[in-house]
Amino acid sequence: MIRISDVHHQIDGQPILRGIELDIPQGGVTALIGPNGAGKSTLLSLVARLAPIQRGRITVAGHEVGRVRDRDLARVLAIMPQAQHVATRLRVEELVGFGRYPWHRGRPGPADRAMVEAALERFDLRALRSRFLDEISGGQRQRALVAMAYAQDTPVLLLDEPLNNLDIAAARGLMALLRDMAERDGKTILIVLHDINVATAYADRLVVMREGRIAAEGPPGEVVTEALLREVFGTEAGIARIEGRPFVIV
Amino acid sequence: MARRLAILGAVLALAAAGYMLIGARGNWGFVLPFRAAKLAALLLVGAGLAVATVMFQTITANRILTPSLMGYDALYVLVLTALVHGLGASGYAALPPALLFALNLAAMSALGLLLFALLARLARGDLVRLVLTGIVLGLLIRAGTTFLQRMIDPSAFQMVQGISYARFTQVEPSLLGLAALAILPALALAWTLRHRLDVISLGRDAAAGLGEPPARLERAALALICVLVAAATALVGPLASGSLGPTSFFGLIAAAFAHAITPHARHAVLMPCAALTGALILVGGQTLMERVLALATPLTVVIEFVGGVTFLILLLKRRSA
Amino acid sequence: MPLAAGAALAGLFVLSLFLGSAALSPVDLADPAARELLLVSRLPRSLAAMLAGAALAVTGQILQVLARNRFVEPMTAGAGQSAALGILVVSLAFPGAALGLKMGAAALAALAGTLGLILLIRPLPPTQPLLVPLVALVYGGVIGAGVTFIAWQRDMMQFLDVWMTGELSGVLRGRYELLWLSALTCAAAWAIADRLTLLSLGEDAARGLGLNIPLVTAAGMVAIALATAIVVVTLGSIPFVGLVVPALVARLTGDNLRRALPMTALTGAILVLAADMAGRTLRAPYEVPVATMVSLIGAALFLYLLNRRPARG
Repeated sequence: MIRISDVHHQIDGQPILRGIELDIPQGGVTALIGPNGAGKSTLLSLVARLAPIQRGRITVAGHEVGRVRDRDLARVLAIMPQAQHVATRLRVEELVGFGRYPWHRGRPGPADRAMVEAALERFDLRALRSRFLDEISGGQRQRALVAMAYAQDTPVLLLDEPLNNLDIAAARGLMALLRDMAERDGKTILIVLHDINVATAYADRLVVMREGRIAAEGPPGEVVTEALLREVFGTEAGIARIEGRPFVIV
Repeated sequence: MARRLAILGAVLALAAAGYMLIGARGNWGFVLPFRAAKLAALLLVGAGLAVATVMFQTITANRILTPSLMGYDALYVLVLTALVHGLGASGYAALPPALLFALNLAAMSALGLLLFALLARLARGDLVRLVLTGIVLGLLIRAGTTFLQRMIDPSAFQMVQGISYARFTQVEPSLLGLAALAILPALALAWTLRHRLDVISLGRDAAAGLGEPPARLERAALALICVLVAAATALVGPLASGSLGPTSFFGLIAAAFAHAITPHARHAVLMPCAALTGALILVGGQTLMERVLALATPLTVVIEFVGGVTFLILLLKRRSA
Repeated sequence: MPLAAGAALAGLFVLSLFLGSAALSPVDLADPAARELLLVSRLPRSLAAMLAGAALAVTGQILQVLARNRFVEPMTAGAGQSAALGILVVSLAFPGAALGLKMGAAALAALAGTLGLILLIRPLPPTQPLLVPLVALVYGGVIGAGVTFIAWQRDMMQFLDVWMTGELSGVLRGRYELLWLSALTCAAAWAIADRLTLLSLGEDAARGLGLNIPLVTAAGMVAIALATAIVVVTLGSIPFVGLVVPALVARLTGDNLRRALPMTALTGAILVLAADMAGRTLRAPYEVPVATMVSLIGAALFLYLLNRRPARG
């Protein structure tokens, strides 16, 4: 679904990504993890066409990023913004409605309205539809943003460290919604995560990055080992297995 | 550090000499005392405002905010306009200059303390909010003044127009004496605060821990600041140049340059440095504009331009640090 | 709600026609001299106030989207002062210049001024939202000082005062029609309202939804520059409308611009018209310039807005 080949990237003369080759298959949650400065967010922003690709090629659902028009890419790729970056005072249904923009470009039709209703229903926002974003709780705001991404009706969804500033209830809620979208709707979700344990708990595949390269990839059970923690993260931590999944003893 | 102060003093002396002597034609017996009076005004105002600003920045723990930025000198025009409005044009003209000066000083000091209290309450500890509130307050005071000016008789309005801008070129000698009477003791008292100001620049909690309660020092400093700014403004008028921009940046530039010339200095060094720098900016600037370049533009406009750019640089540098 | 605002505006408009140093009443309309006064002075003046108010409010809202901050408006943030610079330079270089030339210069200068502001603001951290209006005000002040300097040097200070204090007393039939063009900019803004709202969601979200950000930003800046230049050239600078009106309207309607812009335009028109009426009546027969009235109200409201609720993020 997402194919990244031979991607190199420099910022201010510093190499950030050194030859990334990655294939992300359709469906499921793939988590991008690694120490600070590994290049995770940079890679995600390249996939999302938020930064221009300097060298290499990225295709999403067959569309080549950087070559196709933004509006066409917007129909296969949705980016979920972090809640604290959205300061606009909109009603919940208006926000979700804007998720349809790539399809109707300002002239919403019955299909768009139906999709908005479906999104509101799916994420339990019917009762809140006329409330303003700054009058609802943080968790509800998060749901509204997810609903907007859902309404955009794309096969791929990208998120960059969405759990910052979320308390544990809101964080678990969001990850559960993402899993639900991956399983029920078959969406391909690529998410940059800070916390290895959250990644292990919710992701189908992990991609571990270090210093601009991919250090490991695969299912959490195979990838998260004491050796990985030592070599990639530089820490001597123990691992406990719960229901077959490895969790780092922090 | 002492050497820098000496150099600064020497440059100031040079500028003062330049001010007095360059282009002095005619009867020297008349010209020199005339210029001396104006020079004295420049020195008093420059030193007074600069020291007031440095003290203010120390007690508010920032390098961006100054008393003038909070619309303090806008109060001057407001007070004056209110006086004209209240007394009528003829009543106002009949006031002896000394009384007017005293009235101004008292009103501005009282209002100034009120302004600072209001600001402290409004800003709730966020520095940027404090500065912005101060600037907008200044804009409000200016708007209110303009409004008041429109409400008074147009002939009286002319009178107020004339006194609304800093005029270094017409200084009343009697006022000079009064201003010196206010500014010089205030400077001396500020000098006695130098050690306590050093302590408070360690931080309010640290200062309290060292036995220097911040609130007491703040009150003393603010009182002196009000007197210095009020007296300086009453002597030459407000240094803000007019309708297009927020306010006067003189204090800011003087303080910024003083910190640059004597970085990390104790107040025993910083305050004299500020006094010299402030005086130099005014005397040197005025000499340059009036005598050397013979420009028609008032010095205040140039100060506003340079000051604004300095302000922006300080602000943006702080953010990226 | 827009209906109520529309009704209020209509009421004020009618009232404005009859207010002034020579008080008119509907009865007087039989008199041809009174009708003349109405057509040549009162009607254009009232229309000018409404058009300017609407344009200022709408372009203020656009700037707030582009600057990602609620506390900026074009007149005090560089566009207004730049427009004055444009007029000044043209008046000095081509003393007999036609109005069109001055307009063009003012618009181009305002565009450059707005571009400068956006570039200055871009690198500021979003965690300090009040930094933006602070920088904007000082930036405008620096440009203003530059303009004042040139004006002093070339002995144009009285003219500068005229341009920089917005006044409606000079509005007559044949002297204000340019303001209808600013109504066009309002209409254009409404046409791209959805795109502007998308932009306000943040660059990442907007790009993710397929928005052409440079194009929308450019369109917004052109609208701002045009409206600012038109108002400064015909009436003079009227500050704060673009700041307080959108802030007040957003409380009620939210930031969905398709819904908010009509209310913003109406409220802006009401504000300027009411301010002008007050300025005309408070000290009749003398007039208080509308800019002074608006500055007073606007600065007070700005203070209130700055400090009224706990900063949220």
